[in-house]
Amino acid sequence: MRKPELKSLDLATLWRGLTRPDAAGADRVVPPTGFTAQLTLFSAAAMAFLAVFAMALALATGRLAERWSSELTQTMTVRVQAPPDQIDRQVNAVMAALDTTPGIAEARVLPDEQVEKLLEPWFGPDLPIEALPIPRLIELVEADEGFDAEALRLRLQGEAPGAVLDDHTRWRQPLVSAANRLRILGLFSLLLIASASGAMITLAAKAALAANGQVIRVLRLVGARDITIATAFVRRFTRRAALGAAGGTVLGMLAIWALPSVDGAGGFLTGLGFRGWGWLLPVLIPVVAAAIGFVATRWAALRMLREVR
Amino acid sequence: MIEMQNLSFGYGGGEALLADMTLSLQPGSFHFLTGPSGAGKTTFLRLCYADLLPSAGRMSTFGQDVRALSRDGIAGLRRRVGVVHQDPQFLDHMPVAENIALPLMISGQAVDMAALGDLLAWVQLSRHARAMPPELSGGERQRAALARAVIMAPDLILADEPTGNLDWDMSMRLLQLLIELNRSGKAVLIATHDLNLVRAAKQQVQARVLRIAGMKLQLAGADL
Repeated sequence: MRKPELKSLDLATLWRGLTRPDAAGADRVVPPTGFTAQLTLFSAAAMAFLAVFAMALALATGRLAERWSSELTQTMTVRVQAPPDQIDRQVNAVMAALDTTPGIAEARVLPDEQVEKLLEPWFGPDLPIEALPIPRLIELVEADEGFDAEALRLRLQGEAPGAVLDDHTRWRQPLVSAANRLRILGLFSLLLIASASGAMITLAAKAALAANGQVIRVLRLVGARDITIATAFVRRFTRRAALGAAGGTVLGMLAIWALPSVDGAGGFLTGLGFRGWGWLLPVLIPVVAAAIGFVATRWAALRMLREVR
Repeated sequence: MIEMQNLSFGYGGGEALLADMTLSLQPGSFHFLTGPSGAGKTTFLRLCYADLLPSAGRMSTFGQDVRALSRDGIAGLRRRVGVVHQDPQFLDHMPVAENIALPLMISGQAVDMAALGDLLAWVQLSRHARAMPPELSGGERQRAALARAVIMAPDLILADEPTGNLDWDMSMRLLQLLIELNRSGKAVLIATHDLNLVRAAKQQVQARVLRIAGMKLQLAGADL
């Protein structure tokens, strides 16, 4: 038997059928399936809830990677450690060297109060800085064109042997790459969730179509077009996927909104959540879920209709 | 209406069940199709509403080559051909009235409730309009199937052993409905092995009797 043609079920026609109001009540030809319906709604909601978190994770890690990358690339430190009688001379030598190094926008010696503040979390307040052999710290900001760190290191070695240039590369790179990987993981999770949703809706639609094989045969027998039958199923599953996903998205957004604020978390977290226009991004989730429901059910309907003449 | 020329059919393209059949079914005609069980009466009817395609020969319905029909074309054909099966199937989650109106619903047409009421009264199912199909008896199911078959005002009614599961009184009632349809201008083709039914019909209507024997279609009216 030749493979039946189902040209009438092209995406555009199906979409038109789906958006047209069902005045004659043709959708009622599909029997209500309580359990499958609830299962589809629940699964779509759960997937959307997870998708909100995956989206928030991807956005937050993206921000984190960007911040670490940009902030830490442009600020560096020169640490000067020398006997007390030589320290001022070496600091002056470093400052002189930095002043004449192209690509350095700004260099300043951190005042004692600032050093004290940096050490406060470990040693507590009122630390007698002057009594401790604490190195002097010089903060430098790189200009846009950048500078040759290796050349500067060699120069400092010659002019101020106690000076060490720390460009933060050692610990910045792993952090930035970890944040980038987390972002990829978040995006991959979104992809996985979309695929799992597609598989789940396809299975549910296939089960519903298989259970309604007799209904489809009766409908074809009384002259129903493929588009009419497919629309009845596709409309139902698209609606369930969209409604379930909308519910899950709202719950997910509420959960994100209820997370502790950045300040409350101690300033370390960049905030797992959305900012500004970012709050509109989760609105895409029900739309994508509906699209997945549409495509998955259409595919299942095509396969089923091919078996019925 | 239906034209067959040297038509043959075998399931799966295998050995022929029906061979070399030639027939011209005219509007307003009344035909019986007889033959022993397994002769191919149901297969013949399925060919008529394009549920099966001929293996060889030519066949056209309402002027269109059935082999060239698209799936939508087949749907269109079935709206012009009302079919009553021996064991009619319904959508069990919808009441009888909605099942009867199903062809209208799936073609996007508004259901005229008054006309639907008349149709239910005609097949004596007014009391069962809100009943679910599994609640109907065999005869009521046949009459509901007949009502569903005619709601689109088809040009041709095909009935496959419509009285196979009915007692004589109920068979006569159903036959009467089919004769009324024929008098209103519809072509009717009834597949049956019940020769008493054929004789009863021939007393009221000019019916021709076709017989499938030895894979061939014969005109057998003179024998009855």
